[in-house]
Amino acid sequence: MAVLPAERDLRRVIGDGEAVPDGEVEGLSENDLLELHRWLVLLRTYDERSLVYHRQGRIGTYAIFWNHEAMQAGSVYALERDDWIFPSYRESAIGLLRGMPASTVLSWWRGHPAGWWNPLEFNVGSICVPIGTHVPHAAGLAWGKKLRGESACSIAYFGDGATSEGSFHEGANFAAVMRAPLVLFCNNNQWAISTPLEAQTAAETLADKAVGYGIPGVRVDGADVLAVFEATREALARARTGEGPTFIEAVTYRSAPHATADDPAAYIDAARVEEEKERECLGRYEAYLRRLGLLSDEAAEAVRAEALERMREGIAAAEAEPPPDLSLLFSHAYANPPESFGSDLAELRRVRGG
Amino acid sequence: MAELTLVEAINDGFHVELDRDPDVMVMGEDVGRAGGVFRATAGLRDRFGPQRCVDTPLAEAGILGSAVGLCMAGWRPVCEMQYDAFSYPCLDQLITHVGRYRWRTGGAMAFPLVVRMPYGGGVRAPELHDDSPEAYYAHTPGVKVAIPSTPADAKGLLAAAIRDPDPVVVLEPKLHYRTMRGEVPEGEHVVPLGEARVVREGDDVTLVAYGAMVPLAEAAADALDASVEILDIRTLKPLDEEALRAAAAKTGRVVIIQEAPRTAGYGAELAAILAEKAMLDLRAPVVRVTGYDVPYPYWQIEDAYMPSVERVVDAVRKLLEF
Repeated sequence: MAVLPAERDLRRVIGDGEAVPDGEVEGLSENDLLELHRWLVLLRTYDERSLVYHRQGRIGTYAIFWNHEAMQAGSVYALERDDWIFPSYRESAIGLLRGMPASTVLSWWRGHPAGWWNPLEFNVGSICVPIGTHVPHAAGLAWGKKLRGESACSIAYFGDGATSEGSFHEGANFAAVMRAPLVLFCNNNQWAISTPLEAQTAAETLADKAVGYGIPGVRVDGADVLAVFEATREALARARTGEGPTFIEAVTYRSAPHATADDPAAYIDAARVEEEKERECLGRYEAYLRRLGLLSDEAAEAVRAEALERMREGIAAAEAEPPPDLSLLFSHAYANPPESFGSDLAELRRVRGG
Repeated sequence: MAELTLVEAINDGFHVELDRDPDVMVMGEDVGRAGGVFRATAGLRDRFGPQRCVDTPLAEAGILGSAVGLCMAGWRPVCEMQYDAFSYPCLDQLITHVGRYRWRTGGAMAFPLVVRMPYGGGVRAPELHDDSPEAYYAHTPGVKVAIPSTPADAKGLLAAAIRDPDPVVVLEPKLHYRTMRGEVPEGEHVVPLGEARVVREGDDVTLVAYGAMVPLAEAAADALDASVEILDIRTLKPLDEEALRAAAAKTGRVVIIQEAPRTAGYGAELAAILAEKAMLDLRAPVVRVTGYDVPYPYWQIEDAYMPSVERVVDAVRKLLEF
């Protein structure tokens, strides 16, 4: 079947309360809509508190994902529990949506081994730092599950800059050739640190790249959690019937620095950022829920309070971790560590104490 | 025991290991329909099916990167890199993920994958079919590295690599794929990682080598009027330090042979260990006979680049006169 270029217009469900009417996603109950809201608030709270914790010196350098929450929550909500998530650092807290303790992710940003997690426990791969290099992992996992006759899919998250990487290309092509049940989820926030999208690609849209792999590309408003959910659900349905990967380009605009170590004043248009903040994803979704009569001020406040409490517990638990024992330097690099590790550790303890 | 060439021994090992463990799969460029450009994987696709002997797209980082995901799905992938120098794109995955992922999960997940490739020069091939990249691999934390020098070890080390819970890189001396024959145990045959092999015993000088340099060391020993000990390292990581020190102590004179460029090569590691731990056993400086710090040359002058019997003999004579 021929694969056509993606529609140019972004798919949207949520209206603006005025000229643009609200749509509806089939199959989502009121409970689903409210659960999605809790997920958005949890991620938003995680992100905002993390920035505070960083400024207080309680976590290290932190990659901000403010206004990326709809892309993460909407897509994960479409997954089955058996499906695998492969996050980049921009999705560092996505495991929270699978029950991972906040302290684990905060420990990761604190540079403490308590930030290790067992991917098998949550079906969430480790946070990938080098751009796009986890795309082949997601392809391999999906392909490997398919070879075993299991129905699990995988989803890989990456940014617009990652589409320039060789590993994105190799992973996407692998998955397409193997008809692996993979969702390639691109959060196109239009900036790779200071490099704008037009300096990243000459393609008219990132979704157009999908055509070259023989897979469909979809463009969706990345600040519309329902549109993201729906597009991901369709991609997963396609994957589960053996038709292979789909490339989802979720378009948004990075309205915060790349990370706490970045000062975008030198390269970004501040007026444009303010404009984008007006249409940020959580506020839009809350307005939608209010128009449906599903969200009151009290209910919104209760959801926020619950998320804040989870963060308070998380940072307290992370800060209560004792300093890592020196043995952690050596204990997990190999299943069968070389003999030299024993003497290295003994010498380190002798010289350094501890 | 059967008499097999080195590449036949590898092929035999594959058949045994894929038959023994249904989670083992082979993947790479041309490994299926063609059976590999050197026929190391011949017959596997017919016997075990195209899902366990997979012709992949031409993408070395994609091969190793998807192998990481395959491990997470419970497979034990054996990745073929078609040639030594074509493996470099896979270093990205090896360094950033393969060697780190287990550590990153606090030991919760294993990545029992194998990367194997033909390596080394002397085969009159075009550029970039001749490299000895072992130092790049050995320098990467979290991975193990083995290099066989005989058909029996090629089979046995491959089996050990496949069964090992950690990622293992196996470099196979392509020069001897078909030029070397040897007795190979039938059926299951495992040569444990981390055990060097004394090739021959001697009293005057010790030659330390691995892979294609082992037969060269034997030829040099034959040409010398001296009693020569030869140690085949076999596993570069983890290294059999005890065997290295014992072989050095026996003669007090050590020549290390490596065909890779000299600077920061694996031979430097061996020499450093001897300097740190065997000083009082040595009667002369440790010397290296290596390739040079130049790009591997076009084949009309490759013999001048490669360590030769003459260069090894010369190094030994200098040591004996020291």
